Amino acid sequence: MKSLKAQLHSLSDPKVEIDVLEQRHPGGSENDFQSYLERIGLFPLRPTSLEIFQVNVGKMCNQTCKHCHVDAGPDRKEIMDRDTMALCLEVIRREQTLNCVDITGGAPEMNPDFRWFVTEIRTIRPEIKLIVRCNLTIILANPKFYDLPQFFKENGVEVVSSLPYFTAIRTDSQRGDGVFGKSLEALKMLNAVGYGVEGSGLILNLVYNPSGAFLPASQTGLENEFKKKLWERFRVMFNSLFTITNIPISRFLDYLINSGNYENYMEKLLASFNPAAAAGVMCRNTISVGWDGFLYDCDFNQMLELKVAAPSTTHLRVWDTDGLSSRPIVINNHCFGCTAGAGSSCGGATL
Amino acid sequence: MKTYYNPEDLKKFGTIGELQKSMADKFFAYYSEVFAEGALTAREKSLIALAVAHALQCPYCIDAYTTDTLEKGCDEEQMMEAVHVAAAIRGGASLVHSTQMMSKIKEISM
Repeated sequence: MKSLKAQLHSLSDPKVEIDVLEQRHPGGSENDFQSYLERIGLFPLRPTSLEIFQVNVGKMCNQTCKHCHVDAGPDRKEIMDRDTMALCLEVIRREQTLNCVDITGGAPEMNPDFRWFVTEIRTIRPEIKLIVRCNLTIILANPKFYDLPQFFKENGVEVVSSLPYFTAIRTDSQRGDGVFGKSLEALKMLNAVGYGVEGSGLILNLVYNPSGAFLPASQTGLENEFKKKLWERFRVMFNSLFTITNIPISRFLDYLINSGNYENYMEKLLASFNPAAAAGVMCRNTISVGWDGFLYDCDFNQMLELKVAAPSTTHLRVWDTDGLSSRPIVINNHCFGCTAGAGSSCGGATL
Repeated sequence: MKTYYNPEDLKKFGTIGELQKSMADKFFAYYSEVFAEGALTAREKSLIALAVAHALQCPYCIDAYTTDTLEKGCDEEQMMEAVHVAAAIRGGASLVHSTQMMSKIKEISM
């Protein structure tokens, strides 16, 4: 499967995506995300304090998942270079309110400077929570990645990995043939060095997202089910399960439109709008950095090329803490994905 | 094409109160209490509803509770087993009546 970009698909153009989100929105502009925020006094949406620095080190990936909001894949060549990483390190060093660096992609490990970047972050901020979003199969993709579990352990990395379900049929339908089997093998390699094992201090969290046009189940209930099934069937352990709602952009948007589910899915998100979830959206304490150093409110806005609306800066080269902390967060109708039900963030449900 | 069942009608379920408000209000209040977490989990109740939907062959209910069971974290295997429970009871309900047939055969046979 090729990325939408390689297919020259119209939805690889963020302007087309935004046009769909605005023009085909159920209930029209009177029911757009801004009007929902206005009704609960949250517009314009403002940041709280900067805690999470999420760095997307590139769109290259060994997988081409059907729902991927990054439109990542082997044919994507956008990769963060070492100079841009150095600018990230400056921010991580300077911004003492940051308590988490979250490295994502693509498959971040495919960036040739990935290990250098991780090691540098750990050196300058020994105490900070350092997350790597690992797709699991990358560990088995090439012998040079076999030692990743050990590398993660040595650098105190918290591993967050997608596993849509504890069955092959659902996992492979979303992430590709054979992904479930390889993911289990990789999970066992992580368990073998202590990840997910109680008392080891090495955190391995899994991400569940629905394999279709429906909302995720309750995080606690599903976590218990995953723990039971993964242990009974495969002797695999992990710490927490994060349930994440699929956001209607990129390949998931393409799926929704092609399968005739777009309107129903958006109606479901609107009907499930939760003011408490809206108050706790992760863009309020996050800055997302793109592979080329531009700044965004979240990884989804990044993929829609909606840069931060701070007048003084949109790029790492001109980092302006005050300008960023007073910016209005850029919103559109895809944001309904993060405010539905129990809320959704890169760390799972927010409520 | 006109059909008796229109999936869009499911969304209008809440409007039945336009013709009889107090009964509809009572029904929906009762309905939401029935499906809340209780001695049975909301997930267990959703699977029961899915099975009953198939026993009643209600297309609206099948759509609604297929989605709902997925959103409660059930998988395809569990959902299909629930439908088999409905099928087994329906089939069993027919077959168990054959004891009446057998008795009647005895009664009127030499």
